[in-house]
Formats: sequence, C-alpha cells, structure tokens
Amino acid sequence: MTKIELTVNGTRHAREVEDRTLLVDLLRDHLGLTGTHVGCDTSQCGCCTVHLDGRAVKSCTMLAAQADGASIVTIEGMAKGDKLHPVQQAFTDCHALQCGFCTPGMIMATAALLKDNPNPTDEEIYHGLEGNLCRCTGYINIVKAVKQAAQTMK
Amino acid sequence: MFQFNYLKAKSLADAAALAKANPDAKLMSGGMTLLPTLKQGLAQPSHLIDIGGLSELSGIEVKGNTLVIGAATRHYDVASSAVVRKAIPALAYLANQIGDPQVRNRGTLGGSVANNDPAADYPSAVLALNATIVTNQREIAADDFFQGMFATALEEGEIVVRIVFPLPKRAAYEKFPHPASGYAMAGVFIADTAAGVRVAVTGAGPGVFRWSDAEAALARGLKAGALDALHVDATDLNEDFHATREYRANLVQVMGKRALHKLLA
Repeated sequence: MTKIELTVNGTRHAREVEDRTLLVDLLRDHLGLTGTHVGCDTSQCGCCTVHLDGRAVKSCTMLAAQADGASIVTIEGMAKGDKLHPVQQAFTDCHALQCGFCTPGMIMATAALLKDNPNPTDEEIYHGLEGNLCRCTGYINIVKAVKQAAQTMK
Repeated sequence: MFQFNYLKAKSLADAAALAKANPDAKLMSGGMTLLPTLKQGLAQPSHLIDIGGLSELSGIEVKGNTLVIGAATRHYDVASSAVVRKAIPALAYLANQIGDPQVRNRGTLGGSVANNDPAADYPSAVLALNATIVTNQREIAADDFFQGMFATALEEGEIVVRIVFPLPKRAAYEKFPHPASGYAMAGVFIADTAAGVRVAVTGAGPGVFRWSDAEAALARGLKAGALDALHVDATDLNEDFHATREYRANLVQVMGKRALHKLLA
C-alpha cells in the first residue's frame, strides 16, 4: 500500500491505495468521479483523459502513486457552477457527440490542445486529437466544436 | 494487473541501489510501454522503481558542439524545446510524431531508448546522429548500444542518464506511421554529420539498423534522386499482419526518399 496526497478539481485528497491502483480507478472507484471513462484499457482510446499538472494524460496508463503531489482536473472540474466550460458548450452546440462515451476524454484533450495552440488548423486538430477515438465516428462535428471553442475562448 | 511494490527513487544512486537489492524489479520512467505491458500480464516484476522525476535525469542544453538531453525528458518537452528546435530540428519533429499527445506528455527519451522497441522512433535518431548514451556506469556509442529487438547493451540495473547528440550539419526524419498505434511501419532518419552521412531505419527490421547502401549512395553525392536506384533487400525485414516484408522494403525506400527531399529543402 502507498499513501498519496493529491488535488482533484481543487479539493485535496489523502488516500492509501494498493501500489498497482491505476489513476483512473482512484478517480472512479475511490473518489466517485465516474465522468472519466474507461473505453479500451489499452491506452488507445483516450476516454480516460484527465489533466495532470495542466497536461493531458491517459489516466488508465498511470499509477495513482505516480500522481502523488499532483493537481488533477477531470471533466467534473470543467464547468463553473451552472456555466459550462467553453469546450463543453461548443460540444453541445455543434452536436459533437452521438453516444457520448468518448466525450469527457475528447473535451479534456481539446482543452489541453487549445491551451498549447489557441488557433489550430484542421490538420493541427487532427494531430492534437490523435489520442482520442470516437467509435460513432462523429469526428466532423468534433472538429467543428474545437473550432467554435477556439473562437469563444479568444 | 499482478501485484507489485511501487518504489519512488529519491536519487540516481538510490535507484541503482534499489535495482541492485531487488533483482526482479523494473525501472520505470514514463511507463508508456511498461504499464500497458503489465496490464496485459506480459511481465511480472516484483517492484517498479520510478525514476521519472529524478532531477539528475532532466535537462536540455547545448554543450560545445553537442545537444545533451536528460533521459527522463518527456517527448513533449523535446518537441516543444526552443533549444532542440534550433540545434536539431529533425529531433524535435520526430518527438512530436511519437504516439499521441497524451503519450508525449508522459513518455521519455531514456525510456524509449532503453526499451528499444523495433518500431520506436527515437532509436533511429540516436543511431543516425551517432549519439552517445551516458549511463550511471559508462558511456556507450549508439553503434554498440542497439542490439536487436528490445535488446540493448545495458546491463541489469544500469540506468540511462542522458544522451549526447553531436550537432549535425542537417538532418531529417520521415516515417510511415501505423494508423492505429502511431509506431513506425518504417522510419528513416538521415543525418549529414561531420563524419559523413549516416542513415538509420526503424520499424522495418527486427531492430533499428544503419542502411549502408543509402549511406554509400549519399556519400557519392548528397543530392536529389541519390536513393532512387537503390534496391532494399526484404529478406531480413519484419513481416506481420500489418505488412509483408516486401511492402516494408518499399516503405523504407519511400521514407528514405522523403527524408532526403526534406533534408535538401
């Protein structure tokens, strides 16, 4: 067992976890933050994407112990009260989701992409979302949403 | 996943001592290959020794006529470094083509080189640029370091500390990525160095290798079309359900031509 302390969506948590506990399992099973999804469990799909100290990571491919001392933001930490984050709003407006399973990861990956590159071209959006799969193949509207979010966040 | 004990190394010396005390331990840097391997039950180490955060393994700097990069430097940091972009732009470009953004935010140079996946990107740059791998015990030339599929000159518990890249006159990398994984089906790195032109190929064979015919052709003349007449022998190349060895041989030539075109641009 390993003792860890980390900040999730602004709240400090101290937990004792099995050494093999994945970060996504800590978030979902220990902290009840089930907005972060597990799609493939093989580092391919990006549904489990969260921000670790401001950068997008796949929480299924990280140990909770490696996040000791880190600051994590999950999809639950994006909205401010009733006001959706601009990326969430853009996904809603552009109908950038069909079944919605990949959406939390897509939104977290998009927010990270726009932080690095506030005005991406189509090619840069494809490259920036390469770590996220939408099995409904709704990519056209996802790219639209990224562009709308980029506009509103200017 | 099987049970294991997680140990966070406090220093390079601590990591070496932990590895020595636990012969069935595995060193972990970013964990982008190791953790998926463990999740699939393909390895069962007693301990994971986390060296990802060690300050002794960090840093990017130009020293004399070399670029020195700490082993725990993440792909994102290499790709976005102004120092790397100026010193060896082809290396920054290569780092930005690895996996996907989430992988680049965690995976490290040292981890990639120590793992020596036959389809990894970095080994081609390390070999073509004639880099030196500095460990906690010694310095190893790239030509001696890579020894075939997942095999390197590293001894048990030996830790890659940094990699020293001599600055080339110019260099270029082109790969054909596997559409799902991003790994190279074939990748060719050409470096025009003080000691001549070196060409390394990843993804196509059982391990990264120097393409001697291309080196000879480019030594005769570093100009457009220099690789057009070469025949790539498919005999020793990889064959799997992604591609036949003949297909990979063709990819090597195409990626070689593209890299040359980029080098001369």
